[in-house]
Amino acid sequence: MKAGSRTPEETASAVARRQRHHPAFLFAVGLVGILFLFPIGYLAWGTLSLGGDFWGTVASSRTLKPLRNSLLIATSIAASCMVLGTTLAWLVARTDLPGRRFWRVVLPLPLVIPSFVGATAMLAAFGQGGLVPFLPRIEGFWGAFIVLTLLSYPYVYLPVVARLSTTVPTLEEAARLLGSRPRRTLIRVVVPQIRETVAAGTMLVFLYGLSDFGGVALMRYDTITRAIFSARLFDRATSLTLGLVLAALALIVAAIERAATPDRRLGKGIGKEQVRYPLHRSAAPAATLAAGVVGLALLAPVSVFLLWVIRGSTTVGVGYSGIGDSLDFLLLPVLNSAVASVTAGVCAVAVTLPVAYSVARRRNLLSNSAAAAVTSVFALPGLVVALAVVFWAIQAPGVLAVLYQTFPLLVLAYVLHFGAQSMRASQAAIADVPRRYGDAARTLGIGARRRFFRIDLPLVMPGLVTGGGLVLLSTLKELPATLLLAPIGFETLATTIWNAAEDGFFAEVGIASLVLILLSGILTWVFVLRRELKV
Amino acid sequence: MKRSAMVVLLLVLGLAAGSCGSSDDVITVYSGRTSNLIGPLLQAFVDHTGIDVEVRYGQSADLALLIDQEGDRSPADVFISQSPGAVGFLAGKGRLRPIGDEVLSLVPDTFRNVDGLWVGISGRVRVIVYNRDLVDPSELPRTVFELTDKRFRGRVAVAPPNGSFQDFVTAMRETHGDEATLAWLEGLVENDARTYANNTSIVQAVGRGDVPMGLVNHYYNFRAKAEDPGVASENYYFPDRDIGSLMIVTAIGVLDTTDNPELADRLVKFMLREEAQLFYSEKTFEYPLAAGVAPSSVLPPLSSIGVATYDFDRLGGGLERTKELIDESGLEDS
Repeated sequence: MKAGSRTPEETASAVARRQRHHPAFLFAVGLVGILFLFPIGYLAWGTLSLGGDFWGTVASSRTLKPLRNSLLIATSIAASCMVLGTTLAWLVARTDLPGRRFWRVVLPLPLVIPSFVGATAMLAAFGQGGLVPFLPRIEGFWGAFIVLTLLSYPYVYLPVVARLSTTVPTLEEAARLLGSRPRRTLIRVVVPQIRETVAAGTMLVFLYGLSDFGGVALMRYDTITRAIFSARLFDRATSLTLGLVLAALALIVAAIERAATPDRRLGKGIGKEQVRYPLHRSAAPAATLAAGVVGLALLAPVSVFLLWVIRGSTTVGVGYSGIGDSLDFLLLPVLNSAVASVTAGVCAVAVTLPVAYSVARRRNLLSNSAAAAVTSVFALPGLVVALAVVFWAIQAPGVLAVLYQTFPLLVLAYVLHFGAQSMRASQAAIADVPRRYGDAARTLGIGARRRFFRIDLPLVMPGLVTGGGLVLLSTLKELPATLLLAPIGFETLATTIWNAAEDGFFAEVGIASLVLILLSGILTWVFVLRRELKV
Repeated sequence: MKRSAMVVLLLVLGLAAGSCGSSDDVITVYSGRTSNLIGPLLQAFVDHTGIDVEVRYGQSADLALLIDQEGDRSPADVFISQSPGAVGFLAGKGRLRPIGDEVLSLVPDTFRNVDGLWVGISGRVRVIVYNRDLVDPSELPRTVFELTDKRFRGRVAVAPPNGSFQDFVTAMRETHGDEATLAWLEGLVENDARTYANNTSIVQAVGRGDVPMGLVNHYYNFRAKAEDPGVASENYYFPDRDIGSLMIVTAIGVLDTTDNPELADRLVKFMLREEAQLFYSEKTFEYPLAAGVAPSSVLPPLSSIGVATYDFDRLGGGLERTKELIDESGLEDS
């Protein structure tokens, strides 16, 4: 921001930035930040107490190669998901793409497929001996790249769709009235408005790429998570040190991204019909793109699951045997999955909201540090987060001790692991709310709390709901924390799938995966898409 | 919105309340065997004894880590492991208490801990799984050491992160020495062995013809055939008690922190009863270990294949070194 060239709005916001946060609010931000530091605290404590050699481990050639691979796959899928997610969001939200409503419902769903199941299905779908033998079976880097791109683009797609539904239409209308062509309007008017949201989603994909284990392992691509897993039992010092490396990496990347994000605000339009751009001759290729993505990311795995179910299993009395067998065993997992994922989504949004708000509004060292702490946890493999929660919970004093392996603690583990998703979505949404509304309210003598509930909250609701939706979908497929920390006997669809996949009960993997996709479709519709559309 | 929030809150409270409260006649089991491979037996135990069983399923290694971290506060009474490595890890940490002699004596002593800290309940045999369209059985190796020959270049799949593979490497170290074992591992790397995440993915890849053969446990191919009878993957057992056809046990142990050692012992004993041993052999295609129960007719009898057995007591402590050797060979990051 150049001195001397401030608009009145910018001056007002500069004044606002200098104003102090309420102490109770700062306390809340600090508290959330500390909460999310516990996983790193566990890794640091473990590295120190077990005599892990941080720099020695980092510099070892046995670390560097998988670390380089981790960075390569995370960066690559971040780039591909940025392009794919943004393009799809644009097509669905702002063009006359045929079948928009259908695409809107199915495009978020691939996020719910656990990467180890997605990779297994992909390997079974294409190539010699597969469902579609004339397409090649791709493994290694490109296999991991394709699978993770197809399963992760919703991290970008969902927030950007929400953002594109709330941009200021008057700006685009004005640009068009002044004779700007659609492409120019897109680049000069729309892109600046969604940049923050695209960056937030891309960052999530990058962090997910660092943390994934199942997808890369089945695609036979060696990353740092493999090293963390294979050392976990008999070389714990190395395992924990490598976890710390991953967390440190996430902190660095979060800081760079923070510094690179321009501090600028653009308004939101509320309750107005968005400009829709006719696709004309591009309609066919655009629909082909959407169909291609859904075909590869959803239809291909679903076909494989169906094949497994139809083929059945001949081992009588053990596992699901195929069509005609009872589905009762899925009832409780469906209920548990639904309750756990919705609770985690709501809690994650609520817990990370103070940090998102303070980072988006009045950045300072505290809010930046808290945001970095929240971000770092998402780069860790789920098992590391789960073991960290076990580590701290097991030594909790007195009253807190009864929480161990109860539902609230499980939800806390989900919130810790996936909080970055809701925080980044909320943060991008809050940053886009123009300050002038709040400033106007302030001059009218409205208090901070009332301003938040009456002005900010309704405006950022689509962003919050989207963030909650991402957490919901992530929780539906979450495995390690659910296995280690759930109340005993608490089975989810994800644990059912894992139990079956571990020993090759593919008919059971198939039916449970189909139900998981169906459930996620219903839940995202009821809790996310329906609410988003209202705004 | 408010109403749905209330519903969620009520459900949460209900679940929290439901997870509290315990009775004395409950055994908590942490099981590395998945629910399909042990659930029906645990249910039979409940029906038979009236003792309630609560189970937490997970990967054997993860559950062993969990028990280690839980320390004195572990709710687990019994640990069931897919392989001797994870149970050996806990034995090494002093976390298991001895099982009664009359239970131990049901199983030959090669399949149990010398101090009675754990006992094998079923057996799996290491095999080569090969694709019958790509491999002529006559060209299969006589010993696992031949897999480093040029003729197997790029044709062999292994799963180095897998517990059974690591147990097998440990056994190879004990029987052939560290030097020969490291040379074999390095030979695999030089021979472009393909590494996979686990046994199931190797059997799948072999069945599709992605790779002609791989080292796995025998029962995965029986599972694959149960799902897809036409699949082209077949098991091959190394002859002459070669270390390549090592028998690996799944094991059960009682935690030192249990407050119900008698009930825990009863569960261990139940796992060795005839009906349990028949379950392993008929339903999960494993080898029963308790004296007197014959393997399923679909399994080749142990006498005809001459599997190698190995005193697993030495496995637990030796796994750190095994991991070092695998790291040193570069097999995992090749």
